[in-house]
Amino acid sequence: MTRPAEPAAVVEPELARFARPVRWVHGLVGALVLVCIVTAAVLYNGSLAVLVGHRHLVELVHVRCGFALPVPLLAGLVSRSYRADLRRLNRVTPRDWQWLRSRSRRDGRIPVGKFNAGQKLNGALSAGAIAVLLMSGTVMYSTGWAPLPWRTGATFVHDWSALAVGLLVVGHVRFALGDPVAMRSLRTGTVPRRWAQQEHGAWAAEHSGSPADEPRSGPGSPD
Amino acid sequence: MTADRQDRPEGAPVGRRVVLGLLGLGALGIVGGSTLQKGLSAVLEPIETRDPTGLVSLLPAGGTFRFYSVTGAVAQPDAGDYRLTMSGLVQRSGTYTLADLQAMPQTDLVRDFQCVTGWRVPHVPWSGVRLGHLLDLAGPTRAADAVRLTSFDGTYTESLTLEQARRADVLVALRMSGGPVSHDHGGPVRLHVAPMYGYKSLKWLSGIELTQGVRPGYWEGSGYSVDGWVGSSNGRDDDPTG
Repeated sequence: MTRPAEPAAVVEPELARFARPVRWVHGLVGALVLVCIVTAAVLYNGSLAVLVGHRHLVELVHVRCGFALPVPLLAGLVSRSYRADLRRLNRVTPRDWQWLRSRSRRDGRIPVGKFNAGQKLNGALSAGAIAVLLMSGTVMYSTGWAPLPWRTGATFVHDWSALAVGLLVVGHVRFALGDPVAMRSLRTGTVPRRWAQQEHGAWAAEHSGSPADEPRSGPGSPD
Repeated sequence: MTADRQDRPEGAPVGRRVVLGLLGLGALGIVGGSTLQKGLSAVLEPIETRDPTGLVSLLPAGGTFRFYSVTGAVAQPDAGDYRLTMSGLVQRSGTYTLADLQAMPQTDLVRDFQCVTGWRVPHVPWSGVRLGHLLDLAGPTRAADAVRLTSFDGTYTESLTLEQARRADVLVALRMSGGPVSHDHGGPVRLHVAPMYGYKSLKWLSGIELTQGVRPGYWEGSGYSVDGWVGSSNGRDDDPTG
Protein backbone atom coordinates (compact mmCIF):
# COMPACT_ATOMS: atom_id res chain seq x y z
CA MET A 1 0.00 0.00 0.00
CA THR A 2 1.46 3.32 -1.01
CA ARG A 3 0.14 6.66 -0.02
CA PRO A 4 0.95 10.22 -0.93
CA ALA A 5 3.59 11.58 1.39
CA GLU A 6 1.95 13.02 4.46
CA PRO A 7 2.95 16.40 5.87
CA ALA A 8 5.64 16.17 8.52
CA ALA A 9 3.93 14.38 11.33
CA VAL A 10 3.49 16.44 14.42
CA VAL A 11 0.74 14.07 15.45
CA GLU A 12 1.49 10.70 16.88
CA PRO A 13 3.00 8.34 14.28
CA GLU A 14 0.65 5.70 12.96
CA LEU A 15 1.50 2.10 12.14
CA ALA A 16 -0.15 0.28 9.27
CA ARG A 17 -2.19 -2.50 10.81
CA PHE A 18 -4.85 -3.70 8.36
CA ALA A 19 -4.42 -3.52 4.59
CA ARG A 20 -7.40 -2.57 2.45
CA PRO A 21 -8.30 -6.15 1.37
CA VAL A 22 -8.25 -7.27 5.00
CA ARG A 23 -10.58 -4.43 5.97
CA TRP A 24 -12.94 -5.27 3.12
CA VAL A 25 -13.10 -8.95 3.99
CA HIS A 26 -13.75 -8.08 7.63
CA GLY A 27 -16.49 -5.61 6.70
CA LEU A 28 -18.24 -7.87 4.21
CA VAL A 29 -18.12 -10.94 6.44
CA GLY A 30 -19.33 -8.83 9.35
CA ALA A 31 -22.28 -7.51 7.36
CA LEU A 32 -23.23 -10.96 6.07
CA VAL A 33 -22.99 -12.48 9.54
CA LEU A 34 -25.18 -9.72 10.95
CA VAL A 35 -27.85 -10.28 8.29
CA CYS A 36 -27.67 -14.02 8.97
CA ILE A 37 -28.10 -13.42 12.71
CA VAL A 38 -31.04 -11.05 12.30
CA THR A 39 -32.85 -13.32 9.82
CA ALA A 40 -32.04 -16.36 11.95
CA ALA A 41 -33.63 -14.64 14.94
CA VAL A 42 -36.78 -14.02 12.92
CA LEU A 43 -36.89 -17.60 11.65
CA TYR A 44 -36.21 -19.04 15.05
CA ASN A 45 -37.91 -16.84 17.65
CA GLY A 46 -41.68 -17.30 17.75
CA SER A 47 -42.64 -13.74 18.68
CA LEU A 48 -40.33 -12.25 16.04
CA ALA A 49 -41.52 -14.77 13.45
CA VAL A 50 -45.14 -13.78 13.94
CA LEU A 51 -44.27 -10.08 14.12
CA VAL A 52 -42.26 -10.02 10.89
CA GLY A 53 -43.90 -12.87 9.01
CA HIS A 54 -42.86 -13.28 5.36
CA ARG A 55 -41.20 -16.54 6.29
CA HIS A 56 -40.27 -17.48 2.75
CA LEU A 57 -38.55 -14.15 2.02
CA VAL A 58 -36.68 -14.16 5.34
CA GLU A 59 -35.52 -17.70 4.66
CA LEU A 60 -34.33 -16.71 1.17
CA VAL A 61 -32.27 -13.80 2.53
CA HIS A 62 -30.81 -16.00 5.28
CA VAL A 63 -29.81 -18.79 2.89
CA ARG A 64 -28.35 -16.45 0.25
CA CYS A 65 -26.29 -14.50 2.78
CA GLY A 66 -25.12 -17.76 4.36
CA PHE A 67 -23.95 -19.18 1.08
CA ALA A 68 -22.28 -15.84 0.26
CA LEU A 69 -20.16 -15.95 3.44
CA PRO A 70 -17.20 -17.87 2.02
CA VAL A 71 -16.98 -15.59 -1.02
CA PRO A 72 -15.16 -12.66 0.64
CA LEU A 73 -13.22 -15.05 2.90
CA LEU A 74 -11.82 -16.90 -0.13
CA ALA A 75 -11.56 -13.88 -2.44
CA GLY A 76 -9.27 -12.27 0.13
CA LEU A 77 -6.71 -14.99 -0.50
CA VAL A 78 -5.49 -13.18 -3.62
CA SER A 79 -4.15 -10.49 -1.30
CA ARG A 80 -0.71 -11.07 0.18
CA SER A 81 -1.43 -9.02 3.31
CA TYR A 82 -4.59 -11.05 3.96
CA ARG A 83 -2.67 -14.31 3.65
CA ALA A 84 0.00 -12.95 5.99
CA ASP A 85 -2.64 -12.05 8.60
CA LEU A 86 -4.18 -15.52 8.27
CA ARG A 87 -0.76 -17.10 8.87
CA ARG A 88 -0.29 -15.04 12.00
CA LEU A 89 -3.79 -15.91 13.26
CA ASN A 90 -3.18 -19.58 12.62
CA ARG A 91 -0.02 -19.91 14.69
CA VAL A 92 -0.28 -20.07 18.47
CA THR A 93 3.01 -19.82 20.34
CA PRO A 94 3.85 -20.97 23.87
CA ARG A 95 3.85 -17.27 24.74
CA ASP A 96 0.22 -17.07 23.59
CA TRP A 97 -0.78 -19.85 25.94
CA GLN A 98 1.07 -18.09 28.72
CA TRP A 99 -0.79 -14.87 27.88
CA LEU A 100 -4.14 -16.67 27.92
CA ARG A 101 -3.45 -18.17 31.33
CA SER A 102 -2.08 -14.98 32.82
CA ARG A 103 -4.40 -12.92 34.99
CA SER A 104 -2.52 -9.73 34.23
CA ARG A 105 -2.40 -10.32 30.49
CA ARG A 106 -3.40 -6.76 29.67
CA ASP A 107 -0.45 -5.09 31.41
CA GLY A 108 1.82 -5.67 28.42
CA ARG A 109 4.47 -7.64 30.31
CA ILE A 110 4.01 -10.61 27.99
CA PRO A 111 4.80 -9.07 24.60
CA VAL A 112 1.99 -9.75 22.15
CA GLY A 113 2.39 -10.12 18.38
CA LYS A 114 0.08 -8.61 15.78
CA PHE A 115 -2.78 -10.68 17.21
CA ASN A 116 -3.22 -11.69 20.82
CA ALA A 117 -4.19 -15.23 21.75
CA GLY A 118 -7.83 -14.24 22.25
CA GLN A 119 -8.02 -12.83 18.74
CA LYS A 120 -6.42 -15.98 17.37
CA LEU A 121 -8.93 -18.11 19.24
CA ASN A 122 -11.82 -15.98 18.02
CA GLY A 123 -10.54 -16.21 14.46
CA ALA A 124 -10.22 -19.99 14.59
CA LEU A 125 -13.59 -20.50 16.27
CA SER A 126 -15.33 -18.12 13.87
CA ALA A 127 -13.80 -19.75 10.80
CA GLY A 128 -14.63 -23.23 12.10
CA ALA A 129 -18.16 -22.22 13.02
CA ILE A 130 -18.76 -20.66 9.60
CA ALA A 131 -17.54 -23.89 7.99
CA VAL A 132 -19.83 -25.99 10.20
CA LEU A 133 -22.81 -23.73 9.58
CA LEU A 134 -22.19 -23.88 5.83
CA MET A 135 -21.91 -27.67 5.90
CA SER A 136 -25.01 -28.24 8.04
CA GLY A 137 -26.90 -25.53 6.18
CA THR A 138 -26.16 -27.23 2.88
CA VAL A 139 -27.49 -30.54 4.20
CA MET A 140 -30.62 -28.84 5.56
CA TYR A 141 -31.15 -27.14 2.23
CA SER A 142 -30.61 -30.30 0.16
CA THR A 143 -34.02 -31.82 0.61
CA GLY A 144 -33.36 -33.77 -2.58
CA TRP A 145 -30.45 -36.00 -1.63
CA ALA A 146 -29.74 -35.83 2.09
CA PRO A 147 -31.40 -38.65 4.07
CA LEU A 148 -33.92 -37.46 6.61
CA PRO A 149 -31.98 -38.35 9.80
CA TRP A 150 -29.06 -36.36 8.41
CA ARG A 151 -31.29 -33.36 7.87
CA THR A 152 -32.53 -33.64 11.45
CA GLY A 153 -28.90 -33.98 12.57
CA ALA A 154 -27.89 -31.02 10.44
CA THR A 155 -30.67 -28.92 11.97
CA PHE A 156 -29.43 -29.94 15.41
CA VAL A 157 -25.83 -28.96 14.53
CA HIS A 158 -26.93 -25.74 12.82
CA ASP A 159 -29.11 -24.62 15.76
CA TRP A 160 -26.51 -25.21 18.45
CA SER A 161 -23.56 -23.85 16.52
CA ALA A 162 -25.63 -20.77 15.65
CA LEU A 163 -26.24 -20.26 19.36
CA ALA A 164 -22.49 -20.60 20.01
CA VAL A 165 -21.66 -18.18 17.20
CA GLY A 166 -24.15 -15.72 18.64
CA LEU A 167 -22.26 -15.76 21.94
CA LEU A 168 -18.94 -15.47 20.08
CA VAL A 169 -20.18 -12.43 18.17
CA VAL A 170 -21.47 -10.81 21.36
CA GLY A 171 -18.05 -11.30 22.93
CA HIS A 172 -16.28 -10.00 19.83
CA VAL A 173 -18.42 -6.86 19.70
CA ARG A 174 -17.98 -6.28 23.42
CA PHE A 175 -14.20 -6.36 23.13
CA ALA A 176 -14.37 -4.13 20.06
CA LEU A 177 -16.54 -1.55 21.83
CA GLY A 178 -14.04 -1.60 24.68
CA ASP A 179 -11.20 -0.55 22.37
CA PRO A 180 -12.15 2.31 20.01
CA VAL A 181 -8.62 2.41 18.57
CA ALA A 182 -8.80 -1.20 17.48
CA MET A 183 -12.25 -0.60 16.05
CA ARG A 184 -11.10 2.50 14.16
CA SER A 185 -8.17 0.55 12.69
CA LEU A 186 -10.64 -1.66 10.83
CA ARG A 187 -11.88 1.46 9.06
CA THR A 188 -8.68 3.42 8.57
CA GLY A 189 -6.13 0.60 8.62
CA THR A 190 -3.72 2.29 11.01
CA VAL A 191 -3.12 2.53 14.75
CA PRO A 192 -1.11 4.98 16.84
CA ARG A 193 2.30 3.59 17.65
CA ARG A 194 1.79 4.09 21.37
CA TRP A 195 -1.33 1.91 21.27
CA ALA A 196 0.59 -0.77 19.34
CA GLN A 197 3.41 -0.73 21.88
CA GLN A 198 0.93 -1.15 24.70
CA GLU A 199 -1.37 -3.77 23.20
CA HIS A 200 0.86 -5.57 20.70
CA GLY A 201 4.40 -4.93 21.91
CA ALA A 202 6.12 -7.59 19.84
CA TRP A 203 4.37 -6.41 16.71
CA ALA A 204 5.22 -2.77 17.39
CA ALA A 205 8.84 -3.82 17.80
CA GLU A 206 8.77 -5.26 14.27
CA HIS A 207 7.96 -1.76 13.05
CA SER A 208 10.35 0.08 15.31
CA GLY A 209 12.24 2.85 13.59
CA SER A 210 9.88 3.15 10.67
CA PRO A 211 6.53 4.81 11.23
CA ALA A 212 5.79 4.40 7.52
CA ASP A 213 3.61 1.67 6.09
CA GLU A 214 6.40 -0.76 5.22
CA PRO A 215 8.64 -1.98 7.99
CA ARG A 216 12.14 -1.51 6.65
CA SER A 217 14.14 -2.60 9.63
CA GLY A 218 13.95 -5.99 11.23
CA PRO A 219 12.69 -6.68 14.72
CA GLY A 220 14.97 -5.75 17.52
CA SER A 221 16.65 -2.84 15.78
CA PRO A 222 17.15 0.29 17.88
CA ASP A 223 14.26 2.67 18.15
CA MET B 1 7.07 -8.57 4.51
CA THR B 2 10.05 -9.92 6.37
CA ALA B 3 8.26 -9.97 9.66
CA ASP B 4 5.70 -12.47 8.37
CA ARG B 5 8.25 -14.86 7.07
CA GLN B 6 9.96 -14.81 10.41
CA ASP B 7 6.66 -15.23 12.18
CA ARG B 8 5.62 -18.21 10.15
CA PRO B 9 7.46 -21.17 11.64
CA GLU B 10 6.82 -19.95 15.16
CA GLY B 11 4.07 -21.71 17.09
CA ALA B 12 1.69 -24.56 16.34
CA PRO B 13 -1.02 -24.25 13.66
CA VAL B 14 -3.76 -24.23 16.28
CA GLY B 15 -6.14 -22.27 14.07
CA ARG B 16 -6.18 -24.93 11.38
CA ARG B 17 -6.63 -27.68 13.99
CA VAL B 18 -9.59 -25.87 15.56
CA VAL B 19 -11.27 -25.41 12.17
CA LEU B 20 -10.73 -29.02 11.12
CA GLY B 21 -11.76 -30.28 14.56
CA LEU B 22 -14.99 -28.30 14.48
CA LEU B 23 -15.71 -29.54 10.95
CA GLY B 24 -15.23 -33.13 12.12
CA LEU B 25 -17.52 -32.57 15.11
CA GLY B 26 -20.08 -30.96 12.82
CA ALA B 27 -20.02 -33.94 10.45
CA LEU B 28 -20.45 -36.33 13.40
CA GLY B 29 -23.33 -34.21 14.62
CA ILE B 30 -25.05 -34.35 11.24
CA VAL B 31 -24.81 -38.14 11.13
CA GLY B 32 -25.66 -38.78 14.79
CA GLY B 33 -27.49 -35.63 15.80
CA SER B 34 -31.03 -36.88 15.30
CA THR B 35 -30.54 -39.38 18.15
CA LEU B 36 -28.93 -36.72 20.33
CA GLN B 37 -31.74 -34.30 19.55
CA LYS B 38 -34.35 -36.82 20.69
CA GLY B 39 -32.54 -37.38 23.97
CA LEU B 40 -32.12 -33.68 24.55
CA SER B 41 -35.77 -32.94 23.77
CA ALA B 42 -36.83 -35.61 26.24
CA VAL B 43 -34.74 -33.92 28.95
CA LEU B 44 -35.57 -30.29 28.14
CA GLU B 45 -39.24 -30.59 27.21
CA PRO B 46 -40.59 -31.05 30.75
CA ILE B 47 -38.30 -28.25 31.98
CA GLU B 48 -39.34 -25.94 29.17
CA THR B 49 -43.07 -26.38 29.70
CA ARG B 50 -42.65 -25.50 33.39
CA ASP B 51 -40.10 -22.71 32.96
CA PRO B 52 -41.74 -19.45 34.09
CA THR B 53 -38.93 -17.30 32.65
CA GLY B 54 -39.29 -18.69 29.13
CA LEU B 55 -35.49 -18.75 28.84
CA VAL B 56 -35.29 -22.47 28.18
CA SER B 57 -37.44 -21.99 25.10
CA LEU B 58 -34.58 -19.94 23.62
CA LEU B 59 -32.55 -23.16 23.44
CA PRO B 60 -32.88 -25.12 20.21
CA ALA B 61 -34.21 -28.21 21.94
CA GLY B 62 -37.41 -29.06 20.11
CA GLY B 63 -40.42 -30.55 21.85
CA THR B 64 -42.27 -27.26 21.65
CA PHE B 65 -44.00 -25.23 19.01
CA ARG B 66 -42.14 -23.05 16.55
CA PHE B 67 -44.20 -20.27 15.04
CA TYR B 68 -44.45 -19.80 11.33
CA SER B 69 -46.19 -16.98 9.57
CA VAL B 70 -46.06 -16.68 5.80
CA THR B 71 -47.09 -13.07 5.40
CA GLY B 72 -46.56 -9.72 7.13
CA ALA B 73 -47.92 -8.88 10.55
CA VAL B 74 -51.31 -10.56 10.94
CA ALA B 75 -54.16 -8.47 12.30
CA GLN B 76 -55.53 -9.54 15.66
CA PRO B 77 -59.32 -9.36 15.52
CA ASP B 78 -61.27 -8.90 18.73
CA ALA B 79 -63.15 -11.99 19.72
CA GLY B 80 -66.33 -10.07 18.89
CA ASP B 81 -65.15 -9.11 15.39
CA TYR B 82 -64.18 -12.60 14.31
CA ARG B 83 -66.16 -14.11 11.41
CA LEU B 84 -65.96 -17.48 9.69
CA THR B 85 -67.65 -17.69 6.30
CA MET B 86 -68.96 -20.80 4.55
CA SER B 87 -69.19 -20.42 0.80
CA GLY B 88 -68.77 -22.09 -2.57
CA LEU B 89 -70.69 -25.20 -3.63
CA VAL B 90 -73.05 -25.27 -0.66
CA GLN B 91 -76.82 -25.16 -0.27
CA ARG B 92 -76.67 -22.78 2.70
CA SER B 93 -73.76 -20.35 2.77
CA GLY B 94 -73.34 -18.45 6.00
CA THR B 95 -71.21 -16.60 8.50
CA TYR B 96 -70.42 -17.66 12.04
CA THR B 97 -69.18 -15.58 14.95
CA LEU B 98 -66.89 -16.97 17.62
CA ALA B 99 -69.89 -17.23 19.94
CA ASP B 100 -71.79 -19.23 17.27
CA LEU B 101 -68.88 -21.68 17.05
CA GLN B 102 -68.59 -21.91 20.83
CA ALA B 103 -72.28 -22.79 21.06
CA MET B 104 -71.84 -25.80 18.74
CA PRO B 105 -70.99 -29.31 19.99
CA GLN B 106 -67.31 -29.40 20.96
CA THR B 107 -64.93 -32.28 20.37
CA ASP B 108 -61.78 -32.87 22.45
CA LEU B 109 -58.65 -34.49 21.08
CA VAL B 110 -55.18 -35.08 22.47
CA ARG B 111 -52.60 -35.60 19.74
CA ASP B 112 -48.91 -35.11 19.03
CA PHE B 113 -48.34 -32.13 16.75
CA GLN B 114 -45.81 -33.00 14.06
CA CYS B 115 -44.17 -30.41 11.82
CA VAL B 116 -42.86 -31.44 8.46
CA THR B 117 -39.54 -29.75 9.35
CA GLY B 118 -39.02 -32.30 12.12
CA TRP B 119 -40.18 -30.84 15.44
CA ARG B 120 -42.94 -32.61 17.32
CA VAL B 121 -44.91 -31.48 20.34
CA PRO B 122 -46.24 -34.42 22.35
CA HIS B 123 -49.80 -34.70 23.73
CA VAL B 124 -51.37 -31.39 22.75
CA PRO B 125 -54.98 -31.10 23.90
CA TRP B 126 -57.24 -29.58 21.24
CA SER B 127 -60.89 -28.67 21.40
CA GLY B 128 -63.32 -27.33 18.83
CA VAL B 129 -66.09 -27.99 16.33
CA ARG B 130 -65.69 -30.87 13.91
CA LEU B 131 -65.23 -29.51 10.40
CA GLY B 132 -67.67 -32.23 9.35
CA HIS B 133 -70.35 -30.65 11.56
CA LEU B 134 -69.97 -27.28 9.78
CA LEU B 135 -70.10 -29.06 6.42
CA ASP B 136 -73.33 -30.78 7.41
CA LEU B 137 -74.84 -27.42 8.36
CA ALA B 138 -73.88 -25.94 4.99
CA GLY B 139 -74.87 -28.94 2.89
CA PRO B 140 -72.36 -29.42 0.06
CA THR B 141 -73.90 -29.65 -3.41
CA ARG B 142 -73.51 -32.81 -5.46
CA ALA B 143 -70.60 -31.30 -7.41
CA ALA B 144 -68.54 -30.45 -4.33
CA ASP B 145 -65.73 -32.87 -3.55
CA ALA B 146 -63.09 -30.71 -1.88
CA VAL B 147 -62.69 -27.96 0.72
CA ARG B 148 -60.58 -24.87 0.37
CA LEU B 149 -59.57 -23.10 3.59
CA THR B 150 -58.46 -19.50 3.73
CA SER B 151 -56.81 -17.42 6.40
CA PHE B 152 -57.45 -13.82 7.40
CA ASP B 153 -53.70 -13.27 7.06
CA GLY B 154 -54.56 -12.91 3.37
CA THR B 155 -52.02 -15.41 2.05
CA TYR B 156 -52.20 -18.78 3.77
CA THR B 157 -54.54 -21.28 2.12
CA GLU B 158 -55.06 -25.01 2.52
CA SER B 159 -57.12 -27.76 1.00
CA LEU B 160 -58.67 -31.09 1.94
CA THR B 161 -60.77 -33.57 0.04
CA LEU B 162 -64.36 -33.66 1.28
CA GLU B 163 -63.70 -37.14 2.63
CA GLN B 164 -60.66 -35.96 4.61
CA ALA B 165 -62.57 -32.93 5.87
CA ARG B 166 -65.34 -35.14 7.29
CA ARG B 167 -62.95 -37.17 9.44
CA ALA B 168 -63.71 -37.13 13.16
CA ASP B 169 -60.20 -35.86 13.93
CA VAL B 170 -60.39 -32.73 11.78
CA LEU B 171 -61.39 -29.79 13.96
CA VAL B 172 -62.09 -26.12 13.64
CA ALA B 173 -60.15 -25.56 16.84
CA LEU B 174 -61.17 -22.94 19.39
CA ARG B 175 -59.05 -24.12 22.29
CA MET B 176 -55.66 -25.74 22.74
CA SER B 177 -53.67 -26.75 25.81
CA GLY B 178 -56.53 -25.72 28.09
CA GLY B 179 -56.97 -22.13 26.85
CA PRO B 180 -58.23 -20.26 23.81
CA VAL B 181 -56.04 -20.67 20.73
CA SER B 182 -53.64 -17.71 21.02
CA HIS B 183 -52.86 -15.36 18.16
CA ASP B 184 -49.37 -16.78 17.64
CA HIS B 185 -50.84 -20.27 17.45
CA GLY B 186 -53.27 -19.11 14.75
CA GLY B 187 -56.18 -18.05 16.95
CA PRO B 188 -58.85 -17.21 17.70
CA VAL B 189 -59.87 -20.01 15.34
CA ARG B 190 -57.57 -22.37 13.45
CA LEU B 191 -57.84 -25.67 11.72
CA HIS B 192 -56.49 -28.82 13.32
CA VAL B 193 -56.03 -31.74 10.96
CA ALA B 194 -54.76 -34.28 13.49
CA PRO B 195 -53.45 -37.01 11.15
CA MET B 196 -51.52 -34.62 8.89
CA TYR B 197 -48.39 -32.49 9.14
CA GLY B 198 -48.73 -29.10 10.81
CA TYR B 199 -48.82 -27.09 7.61
CA LYS B 200 -52.22 -28.64 6.77
CA SER B 201 -53.63 -27.18 10.00
CA LEU B 202 -54.26 -23.70 8.64
CA LYS B 203 -53.80 -20.82 11.08
CA TRP B 204 -56.10 -17.78 11.45
CA LEU B 205 -58.98 -19.56 9.72
CA SER B 206 -61.55 -17.22 8.18
CA GLY B 207 -63.06 -19.00 5.20
CA ILE B 208 -64.32 -22.45 4.26
CA GLU B 209 -65.19 -22.86 0.60
CA LEU B 210 -66.55 -26.01 -1.04
CA THR B 211 -64.96 -26.62 -4.42
CA GLN B 212 -64.90 -29.13 -7.21
CA GLY B 213 -61.42 -30.60 -7.24
CA VAL B 214 -58.67 -29.97 -4.71
CA ARG B 215 -56.95 -26.62 -5.12
CA PRO B 216 -53.51 -27.10 -3.54
CA GLY B 217 -52.71 -24.66 -0.75
CA TYR B 218 -49.86 -22.31 0.08
CA TRP B 219 -47.22 -24.80 1.21
CA GLU B 220 -48.03 -27.32 -1.52
CA GLY B 221 -46.87 -24.62 -3.94
CA SER B 222 -43.42 -25.03 -2.38
CA GLY B 223 -43.37 -28.77 -3.00
CA TYR B 224 -45.03 -30.20 0.12
CA SER B 225 -47.45 -33.09 -0.32
CA VAL B 226 -51.12 -32.21 -0.88
CA ASP B 227 -52.17 -35.24 1.16
CA GLY B 228 -49.89 -34.52 4.09
CA TRP B 229 -50.39 -37.69 6.18
CA VAL B 230 -47.90 -37.85 9.07
CA GLY B 231 -45.47 -40.69 8.42
CA SER B 232 -46.41 -41.43 4.83
CA SER B 233 -45.88 -38.22 2.88
CA ASN B 234 -43.20 -35.62 2.23
CA GLY B 235 -40.60 -38.41 2.23
CA ARG B 236 -40.80 -38.71 6.02
CA ASP B 237 -41.35 -41.69 8.30
CA ASP B 238 -42.55 -40.13 11.58
CA ASP B 239 -44.94 -42.04 13.85
CA PRO B 240 -48.50 -41.33 12.67
CA THR B 241 -50.53 -38.86 14.73
CA GLY B 242 -53.98 -39.92 13.54
